[in-house]
Amino acid sequence: MEQAFLVLLNGLVYGLLLFMLSSGLTLIVGMMGVLNLGHASFYMLGAYLAYSISTVVGFWPALVVAPLAVGVIGALVERYGLRSVHRHGHVAELLFTFGLAFIIGEIVPLIWGRLPVPYRVPAVLDVPLFTLGGTAYPAYRLFMMLISLAMFGALFAALAKTRLGLVVRAALTHPDMVSMLGHDVPRVFTLVFGAGCALAGLAGVIAGNAFTTEPGMARSLGAIVFAVVVMGGLGSLSGALVASLLIGLVQTMSIGFDLPFWKALAGLGITVDVEGRLRDLWLLSVNRAAPVVPYLLLVLVLATRPRGLLGSRSA
Amino acid sequence: MRLGHAAAAVLALCLSSGATRADEVVKIALIDPMSGSFAATGRLGEQHFRFAMDRINEAQAAGPGRRLELTVLDNEVSPEKSLTLLRKAIDDGVHYITQGNGSAVAFALTDAIAKNNKRDPAKAAMFLNYAAVDPALTNDKCNWWHFRFDADSDMKMRALSAYILTRKDLHKVYVFNQDYSFGQSVERGAKEMLTGKRDDLTIVGAERVPLGKVKDFTPYIQKMQAAGADAVVTGNWGADLALLVKAANDSGFKGTFFTYYMGATEVITEVGQAGKGGVQISEWHANVGAAPIEEMAAAFEAKYHQAFFYWRIINMLDMTAAAMKQANSSDPEKVGKVLAGMSIKNPLGEVSMRADNHQLLQPMFVSVLEPGVKNVFPEVNMGFRTIARIEPEQTRMATTCSLANPS
Repeated sequence: MEQAFLVLLNGLVYGLLLFMLSSGLTLIVGMMGVLNLGHASFYMLGAYLAYSISTVVGFWPALVVAPLAVGVIGALVERYGLRSVHRHGHVAELLFTFGLAFIIGEIVPLIWGRLPVPYRVPAVLDVPLFTLGGTAYPAYRLFMMLISLAMFGALFAALAKTRLGLVVRAALTHPDMVSMLGHDVPRVFTLVFGAGCALAGLAGVIAGNAFTTEPGMARSLGAIVFAVVVMGGLGSLSGALVASLLIGLVQTMSIGFDLPFWKALAGLGITVDVEGRLRDLWLLSVNRAAPVVPYLLLVLVLATRPRGLLGSRSA
Repeated sequence: MRLGHAAAAVLALCLSSGATRADEVVKIALIDPMSGSFAATGRLGEQHFRFAMDRINEAQAAGPGRRLELTVLDNEVSPEKSLTLLRKAIDDGVHYITQGNGSAVAFALTDAIAKNNKRDPAKAAMFLNYAAVDPALTNDKCNWWHFRFDADSDMKMRALSAYILTRKDLHKVYVFNQDYSFGQSVERGAKEMLTGKRDDLTIVGAERVPLGKVKDFTPYIQKMQAAGADAVVTGNWGADLALLVKAANDSGFKGTFFTYYMGATEVITEVGQAGKGGVQISEWHANVGAAPIEEMAAAFEAKYHQAFFYWRIINMLDMTAAAMKQANSSDPEKVGKVLAGMSIKNPLGEVSMRADNHQLLQPMFVSVLEPGVKNVFPEVNMGFRTIARIEPEQTRMATTCSLANPS
């Protein structure tokens, strides 16, 4: 029972972290129709900036300043890079962000070196929150959960309840009309892109010290972020949340299953031919396949619901 | 025109000095990653090679007038790319190839070198392996031209398990590894060498994760806690080790980590204080108590601003240079014949190159990371302290290798 509770908590933390990362991307995709392949690079930038800032003024200012700085960088990229590429269509945009990922990926080790940097969890939160069945639960993990939940709330409220959110949503579907009404649509796009990048930066600030801050961190998360966004439905914030939590929970839970697939399926009432052609697959234990789970889920969702879980447009 | 004159003058100068001292330059090609994710590791190795060669050249340790020179070739850890680079090096007249990162690359190189040497003995090359530790390289896949100066993963496991078995307070061992050839061989070795050796010691779990894919190791730690493990044996390296140890510390896991690669700088930087109490098996660490190596480490750090790590590169080149001096030649076949079965005394004791499979036998050290030792990692203010020394003979494993003399 205690174990199950801890597994649930861990799944939640991982899921919410994924959500933090992918919410920015889904915002950009949804609002601007730009699939930003460099999104995970802004996550990395957030972590590195937070490290540098925290060595000077501490973690708490870094928590605010680093995402803002990443947001500004993102806005500049949109204003002086992406906007001029925009008129050449989606392929050009895609290639631009693809190149951007490489550029950031090379600039970061030039500035901070190729070895991981010692970015640490602040001492106040580096304590066990409670102990359950001999397992301590770190306070920082709760902090991570709270930040991402707060972020979801704020984002949702901003889009649904404020005037700015109204303009942003309108600019997406009817850019010409909004522009006629006297709103500066390109500026709205810059704002959205910057905000999306800032969210990725925030995820970097939060996760960089819990995990590692090293030049490969963007690459290792890039793929899974896309899995979340596509699975949730392009542009759907709630969809991204559901998809993140689903991936987090299923992946964490499958680690706990030491059973081979054929036994796990037998438990569900499905019998398979263990000696058949797929012998190796059936004998593979569920826990070893855990890291593949997000992609399996993605395929499953796309096969049954091509729009994604809560998406309104086709992927 | 003026440039041409200058070049001619320089050339004349080189020729004249060469003629008087009968200099011979022996090129050694280092084929390792110098770009991409593993660039830091490759570069660190390169600096150790430069350092070791400068020492040898200064002391004329390879014989009078014989100088070693390094050629660096970036293979991006790709076996295919390595083979192209090997071809190029051999065509350029290089007779010594060295590599360390990735046993897959080592397999490709050793095979290609053996074939090349058979086909074209005049262009024969020797393979100096400083870090690729798959046991098969000195067993089923061995050949005469390959010499390994790092203990293979089974030898390390032999040393580590010898120590674990003496620890009466350890009862439940969990084996945790990365899922590729190296991790699999660590798991196999641990199961073989720990099962049935002591009645009160059992392996309570064995798990493998994909290389570099897992971010949050907490669920795995919980499995270890649920199994009641008090020791974890792991061949993990880089972020996969650092994240594992960090997650264990966050979850209040009480067991001890027995590792291969805890001492790598990037791991120490990442784990920070969470690494306290971690154990590693290695051929050297900063507090083994060998003053000459400590001086060397200080000189290295002053020159390259990096922590000294690869004692075995220094040892490897020292031995190879000594073999050249003894053979009075840089011909790889002559040098290899001296090197096979050669013993030298270095600051850590007597080390010898086995003649039957060309594997170096050297003392190994089990050490624990803790504060209050002489030489510390400045990032964490902790360093390794030896808790057991395993003598070279204790790491001698049976081999399936049968080496035929090259000619």
